[in-house]
Amino acid sequence: MIKTDALIIGAGPTGLFTAHQLKLIGLSCEVVDNLDKIGGQCIELYPDKPIYDIPAVPECTGEELTNNLINQLKPFDIKFHLSERVEEVKKENDNWLVKTNNGTSFSTPNVIIAGGVGSFEPRKFSPKECEKFENKSLFYSVKDKKIFTGKTVSIFGGGDSALDWAVELSKECSVNVIHRRDEFRGAQATIDKVHQLAKDGKINLFTQYQMASVKGDKNLESIDIKHDNNEIKNLKTDYVLGFFGLIMQLGPIANWGLNIDKKTIEVDTEKFETNQKGIYAVGDICNYPGKLKLILSGFHEGALAARACFKLARPNEKYRFEFTTSSKTIKERLGVKGD
Amino acid sequence: MAKITYITHDNQKYEVEVQNGLTVMEGAVQNDIPGIDADCGGGMACATCHVYVKEDWFNKIPEKEDGEEDMLDMAFEPKTNSRLSCQIVVSDEIDGLEVNIPSKQA
Repeated sequence: MIKTDALIIGAGPTGLFTAHQLKLIGLSCEVVDNLDKIGGQCIELYPDKPIYDIPAVPECTGEELTNNLINQLKPFDIKFHLSERVEEVKKENDNWLVKTNNGTSFSTPNVIIAGGVGSFEPRKFSPKECEKFENKSLFYSVKDKKIFTGKTVSIFGGGDSALDWAVELSKECSVNVIHRRDEFRGAQATIDKVHQLAKDGKINLFTQYQMASVKGDKNLESIDIKHDNNEIKNLKTDYVLGFFGLIMQLGPIANWGLNIDKKTIEVDTEKFETNQKGIYAVGDICNYPGKLKLILSGFHEGALAARACFKLARPNEKYRFEFTTSSKTIKERLGVKGD
Repeated sequence: MAKITYITHDNQKYEVEVQNGLTVMEGAVQNDIPGIDADCGGGMACATCHVYVKEDWFNKIPEKEDGEEDMLDMAFEPKTNSRLSCQIVVSDEIDGLEVNIPSKQA
């Protein structure tokens, strides 16, 4: 059980700056994120897209913004729990008991949800029966490529993940690549390689096809794929891999007793607290009259929520507002020399 | 202004007047039409405002720009008449447009 003054759910820009604000006022915090990297939507959705409305930063990409925020956290020791999703938030005496899907648990008076539009999950195949084989013979990521050796693997998707795995697995397995159109969107070198491997008979390429159904009783036996002209083709296959990118799902947050409207959480604008005492929501996931889904708004919301956390984390102390330019205490926390 | 008709997967019809300059996605969100999630808010980064455009309209509206087809690879059950509604800008020329909303966005 980890004890902390505040737990932040979400390592996007808002979560990162909120962590900065908490540490600046002398509170401890830990951060959980379902992605395997820090940065949230900035890193997952638009790492290369320029952003023009961060105050005092005329232009930066999602990746640059993330790196700058990480740099700003350098003076502080903050533990990040990546590839973990918060499943449960329960009241226990005066604290919140928080559990992740990896079994990590936290006890904290303050939970700050900086969850964007929810956690990123793989996009799945549409036929319902695919669920039956999920994580047995149908996967949305590769954990151990050895299980595919000598088998037939059908890979769906047209981006880098699909193409990279097609090239890699074609060395040891029989590979089908199925994609909804003729063009691929991966790196050109990989696309060329896949076409070459197809020419050499190492990869069977099916374009303008999509998954129609999966067949098999206990084990997956074959799949039907459907052409844009409705022609159906049956492919014998041992495994299926789907790479359709990630989607944001609100997920377990919906079960924590919060007031939720259209995938956003209602908060007040003084503490950014939800209807549950000690649970705050900041950034894209929060909603209040006049809310703007800007990164800049997330920074403001995080700064105020952090001050609200102080009250619950240090009930016997009084919070004193200080500037980073003049406060000796803050400079010590930042590890910079005073004047 | 243009009249846009949104048809949900269970055949509910929503006819709304949408101001020129807004996108078909914004027209749906502002009028609380169910089935258009628009998670990324119109940044062409999520494919959750996916619609099917009736064939006769598909060739009349401005063509897809770079990147839209890439995002459609990730959409739920894309078809040849799929579009991202955040990329269709409303103008007098598209008055009468009909779009079908898929059963799910993901």
